[in-house]
Amino acid sequence: MTKMFAKFSAGRLSRRTMLKGAAATGAVLATPNLNRAWAADPVEINMLAWYGHGEPDMVEEFEALHNVKFKAKYYAGGDNMLALIAQSPPGTYDILLSDAEFVQQLNAAGYIEELDAADYPFDDFFPEFQKFPGHWTGDKLWSVMCRYGHLGVSFNTEVISHKEAMTYNVLWDKRLTGKVGHFDWHLPNLGCLSLRDGNNDPSPFDINEAQWQKLQETTLSLKPQVGGYFDYGGTFSSLKNGEINAMCGIGDWITGVLQKDGAPVDSVVPDEGGIQWTESYSIGKGSAKADLVVKFIQYMLSGPGQVRSAQMAAYPGMLPSKTGWKALQAANPDEARRQGMMDGLDNNPLKLIREGRIFWRDIPKQQSLEDWNDFWSEYKNA
Amino acid sequence: MPRRRLIYAMTWRLPIIIWQAAFFLVPLGFMVVMTFWAVKNYRMEPDFVLQNWDKMFSKGYFWDAYWLTLGRATLAAVIASLVAFPASYALAFKVSPAARRWAIFFLIIPFFTSYLVRAYAWQVILAEQGVINAGLSYLGLGPFTMLNSGIGAMVGYLTLTLPLVVILQTFSLASVDRNLIEAAWNLGCSRFRTIFRVIIPSAKVGLILGAVFCFILSFGDFVSPYYLGGSKPPTLSILIIDTTKSGQQWPRAAVVAVTMIATLMVVAFTAVSAAYRKPKQ
Repeated sequence: MTKMFAKFSAGRLSRRTMLKGAAATGAVLATPNLNRAWAADPVEINMLAWYGHGEPDMVEEFEALHNVKFKAKYYAGGDNMLALIAQSPPGTYDILLSDAEFVQQLNAAGYIEELDAADYPFDDFFPEFQKFPGHWTGDKLWSVMCRYGHLGVSFNTEVISHKEAMTYNVLWDKRLTGKVGHFDWHLPNLGCLSLRDGNNDPSPFDINEAQWQKLQETTLSLKPQVGGYFDYGGTFSSLKNGEINAMCGIGDWITGVLQKDGAPVDSVVPDEGGIQWTESYSIGKGSAKADLVVKFIQYMLSGPGQVRSAQMAAYPGMLPSKTGWKALQAANPDEARRQGMMDGLDNNPLKLIREGRIFWRDIPKQQSLEDWNDFWSEYKNA
Repeated sequence: MPRRRLIYAMTWRLPIIIWQAAFFLVPLGFMVVMTFWAVKNYRMEPDFVLQNWDKMFSKGYFWDAYWLTLGRATLAAVIASLVAFPASYALAFKVSPAARRWAIFFLIIPFFTSYLVRAYAWQVILAEQGVINAGLSYLGLGPFTMLNSGIGAMVGYLTLTLPLVVILQTFSLASVDRNLIEAAWNLGCSRFRTIFRVIIPSAKVGLILGAVFCFILSFGDFVSPYYLGGSKPPTLSILIIDTTKSGQQWPRAAVVAVTMIATLMVVAFTAVSAAYRKPKQ
């Protein structure tokens, strides 16, 4: 090649040499295109989800296996999710990770596709999760549960003991004046305080007018204790820097992450009961990539997918399938133990559910979401 | 004015007129129209209902947030103006032009970094286990609650606006006619009186504009009241977020936004009128 360049520079390049050079150059230039044709551009899958679900720790293996690329839009809170999807044309999102209580609203508004139950391993699910309320209308399936967690009292272990945290009444403790925080979303907060009022039959979200009035009084009486209302990031930082020492309506999804960072925090489900958050996958209406999304959901319900789900970097979650539990126990027994996903542990989530201490987070049954949100705004201004 | 010169002048003004029409007047008009729309099944639908105005204006928390936001923005403008003035005065009259240029450069530097990042940095400083309280603890004082309070929010407002107010005040003071100051001194006016009778009236346009910018930025700010004030209690900008989060109520959020814009327009027009009002003879 150097000789050829020297001849070219000297103007002594023969026709044969010129053709050889051109052929070689063409081959070199064509190679990247050939490579690209062989490994086609990844298919983009648009995801609407809580923070973290589209990050590499969750999706990189599936991306590599199926040559896809997830493009995630994140939200915080079901109302926020509905607002985002309502602003987008049909087909914008291929996969939605929704809080279970909002699935029926997604369905009613025509935002999600019906699923084929035969595609998913429901037989492998624990019985409590096989026909999860809100995911079905009759025999029609709209969403598949992938992970869940429990909400109760989260606290600084250097200020409050586990025993003290076992009742929501600890939030009114004098040591916590100005140190009680709220994750700024009405549903989990009012749900937990409703349990504190004894509204557990049938559910803290199914309360009559008198119970609703009482719940508002209870909540307002907590106001002098409150140090602030925080978004996702603010919740983490306020608990970590000691600005806030107790919160209700959050759980291990926050404190589990902080514990890994060495913060002296923990979460418990109080004696009055706790709320369960439940995350589920649905296929967006009009998605042209539904086949890939089905494969992704199947992957997330497989052993490797469930292990990733339980240990998601943004926030941990518990697993609905027996395969998931076994896979996590094998892959990371310490994490399985920490989250109670082993038989015989006190914090075993199935044990708590079977004891009747856990209530699905739901939308208000006898009031409107707007009523609850209006009150939440009043409470913040009180 | 000759016709050709008029066309020439209008041609040069056209870009800003088109810009303002396209990106301020049209969106503003759309937002006003949106306040009359309805929300059904989480979707906005064009309509003409007064329900959104009625709903927001009848709520006590809306007016609480309104007066809080107005009060905090006014206080921020007053504090920023008072704190900035001695520094601006020194930069305008007491330091060399080179030192003034360096000072202006350093005042611009904070705008290179994200305001949100600066707010998070203040959390480390203001927290009960933060830098200030750690220092005070050596004196046997504290800890004092500064984060997630009105103090925290005010620190955030001043972080956002103080450099800008100093810059505006400095430019305004630096352009005061030195002959007027010397004349005042020659006529026996004390230094203190010269400031109030000569310098401040001569620089009032810049001083008022500085305060107005501080008011406007603080009035609409979301970061400080949320991340340093703990959203306790919420300001109007936080109320907009809360309202949109609740069942896609963008029309009600638009009511809050239109009220904010109306308030800012009244304040800005009043302030600019005061700035350019000629003194009574």
